[in-house]
Amino acid sequence: MSLHFRVQNRTFLQCFLLMLCLTFSASISAADVQAFVGARIVPVSSEVIEEGTLLVRDGKIEQVGPVKDVIIPDGAMRIDVTGKTIIPGLICTHSHIGWGGGGDSSEPIQPECHTLDSVDVRSASFMRARAGGLTLVNQMPGSGHLISGRTTYLKLRDGGTVEDLLVHDASGWPMGGLKMANGTNSQRSAPFPGTRAKSASLVRQAYVKAQEYQAKIARAEGDPEKMPERDLRMEALVEALEGKRIVHHHTHRHDDILTVLRLKKEFGFEVVLHHVSDAWKVAKEIAAADAACSLIVVDSPGGKLEARDIKLENGAVLEEEGVNVAFHTDDWITDSRLFLRSAALGVRAGMSREGALRALTLSGAEMLGLADRTGSLAVGKDADFAVLSGDPFSVYTQILQTWVEGKQVFDRTNPEHLLFAIGGRGAGDDTAYNCCGGEDH
Amino acid sequence: MKTPTTLIQFLALILLVAGTPELQAQNIAIYGDTVHTMAKTAEGQWQDPIENGVVLIIDGKISAVGPASAVEVPEGTPEKRCKVVTPGLIDARSVVGLAGWLNIDHDSDHIERSSPMQPELAALDAYNPREPLIDWVRSFGVTTLHTGHAPGQLISGQTFIVKTRGNSVDDAVVQRQSMVAATLGSDALRSGKESPGTRAKQMSMLRQKFIEAKAYQEKVAKAAADEEKDAPARDLRKEAMGQILDGEMPLMINAHSSVDIQNVLRLQKEWQIPVILQGGAECYDFIEPLKAQGIPVILHPTMMRSSGAGKNASMETAAKLIAAGVPVAMGSGYESYVPKTRVVLWEAAIACAYGCEFRDALGLITHSAAALLGIGDRVGSLEVGKDGDVALFDGDPFEYTSHCLGTVIEGEVVSDIAR
Repeated sequence: MSLHFRVQNRTFLQCFLLMLCLTFSASISAADVQAFVGARIVPVSSEVIEEGTLLVRDGKIEQVGPVKDVIIPDGAMRIDVTGKTIIPGLICTHSHIGWGGGGDSSEPIQPECHTLDSVDVRSASFMRARAGGLTLVNQMPGSGHLISGRTTYLKLRDGGTVEDLLVHDASGWPMGGLKMANGTNSQRSAPFPGTRAKSASLVRQAYVKAQEYQAKIARAEGDPEKMPERDLRMEALVEALEGKRIVHHHTHRHDDILTVLRLKKEFGFEVVLHHVSDAWKVAKEIAAADAACSLIVVDSPGGKLEARDIKLENGAVLEEEGVNVAFHTDDWITDSRLFLRSAALGVRAGMSREGALRALTLSGAEMLGLADRTGSLAVGKDADFAVLSGDPFSVYTQILQTWVEGKQVFDRTNPEHLLFAIGGRGAGDDTAYNCCGGEDH
Repeated sequence: MKTPTTLIQFLALILLVAGTPELQAQNIAIYGDTVHTMAKTAEGQWQDPIENGVVLIIDGKISAVGPASAVEVPEGTPEKRCKVVTPGLIDARSVVGLAGWLNIDHDSDHIERSSPMQPELAALDAYNPREPLIDWVRSFGVTTLHTGHAPGQLISGQTFIVKTRGNSVDDAVVQRQSMVAATLGSDALRSGKESPGTRAKQMSMLRQKFIEAKAYQEKVAKAAADEEKDAPARDLRKEAMGQILDGEMPLMINAHSSVDIQNVLRLQKEWQIPVILQGGAECYDFIEPLKAQGIPVILHPTMMRSSGAGKNASMETAAKLIAAGVPVAMGSGYESYVPKTRVVLWEAAIACAYGCEFRDALGLITHSAAALLGIGDRVGSLEVGKDGDVALFDGDPFEYTSHCLGTVIEGEVVSDIAR
């Protein structure tokens, strides 16, 4: 009896302690609530709030609204951003930061290779990207192959390994797309194609083979005896065929763009056209095919034959045709720190300001299949955003802070971070451990 | 009977000539809500901008600049109006006209690889005045280019100065020989058994070339003074090196990393020649010696890529050099791929966003560039007697979303695309 009581008592004590503990942790988690108060907030997916509060809990957006309407919970960390501008974190749909690459020079089709295995997340280019307000990148292999490999979607979290930065799908698999290319970059000496027709035909052959592999799996109906041998190359292509992996397709010339649209129609993969120098010539065809475009903005036409006719007006022309448009840095082709500038030049050439900001954020998220998680300042989404000193499209505006999932990854007042933002002695050196010295916000 | 007909014909001819658009176009009045003259006061300060100003160009030269209320514009003078007027822009180090936009053998004349040192190569012989990139930069207000052989060889050849117009190089040229372009560091190293394969070899090869040029000059001088002595066989390469020794052409050295900039300083000290540092990604560590040795800087574009030799480039270098009083201008530099040229307007804009006062930043591509290139008597500011080279904007020229509305060279409208 007494023993029993004692046991019960002990259980009670444990319960009590647990409750205490929970209460305590509740007050700790109140500190995980951050209120960014007083900024002009541009959510992209909803109306601009002139003087707003962005409330973040556990890395997610809990509330966004006018200062007068958002009640800040007790114990929340209050961050005064009066006079500043908050925009969603910038999303680069085509980046080579931490350059690693995909396939080697042995053959033109190597979808089994994955940039996850080659990217260096401690590269200085990652810190520069954070300084540019970027929160998510599509880390791409190069364009020297018809299919150069699988791409990796990376959140620019404060981390020292690629695993720290991965984005996982519902089944826990790291997310990414498939990089393809046509035109001159992927034409080389054999076994690479030498002509455009050969390029298309090699790609067609690979997908036909993948369809057969897919059919064999379907016919096996789960019977291990009947399953084909595992083939990483085929698996990657089947993922594209099944829409589980978005095709990110490098393409410049008008006829090459149409070839991509033809292959999309033949095989049904979801495709984002990348660079698209001649987009203005075939904007109607792109719109009709319902293909999204991720554009590069460079300071002069040419540099290579295929980019001879590239126009700053591409964004405006595609917007007019109702095409979903994003911009990308193609870093190092353009500098991630100046990503806002790409969209600003789009505005200069006639694009709407709203469309241009969407093209840096939500449109990019859509093109990576991540619009349910990031890309705009909407309740429930990841707290990925940048704090600016003013108008996103002014040359004089500074990026002050970058936050990924409620954690600050760039702080302009931190001299170590500022070095990457501006450059100078040591700015080109890769970071020793990680971006922010592990400081927890 | 004969005489009047001839007279009428003569008069008609005069009328016809007077009526041709080219001649008429050399007169123009350009009105701006704000006119940045980019002239300097006697104390060396930037002149304040003129509100509601006008630049009057007669026969291609600026004949008056001032408030519109105070300048008498002859009746019938063609006119243009815009918000902001600046001098025509100067790209202090370009390769446009030699390194073509398509980046194929057919249009690439910026680098000759047959020998690592060829100072005799004249830019004049390689310039393509119909290169589309000339039109491109001109549509952003650029009227003057210091262009020529590119970085990438120890000595790649000469540079010269042109206006961004003309169907022939003779129409375009302002100065036939300007500088000799050299490169120190990794960009001019050769592989295998070819020299130079190291930095030390680069320096020793340059020294040897100067020694040979000096010996050649002495032989020529001795022969001139002594009828008994034969002059040496003429050698264009040695003569070009001699022009550097004589101070007729500065040696413009492309160098980025700390070690290469130190070599630039040493070379200048050894030979006491006019040297210009071009590029200079890490020159922020050598501001005092550059100043002490009188070495001006044609700085890399602000948006230079942070990789390779430029990995430690800083966007604040222009501001630091200006603050220290080092003569500095900005050039688009050399690009081997996409974009094939940069636009100096945009590069100065970023310098302005990173620490430069507005007129100091604009000076990098106008007044200061003209002074550094030695053409300040003709271009770089809107002052009476200078060339009528003007750029027109619909707002702050540096803002991403402003447009260049037109470009005028010596009174002629050479671009009127809003871009």
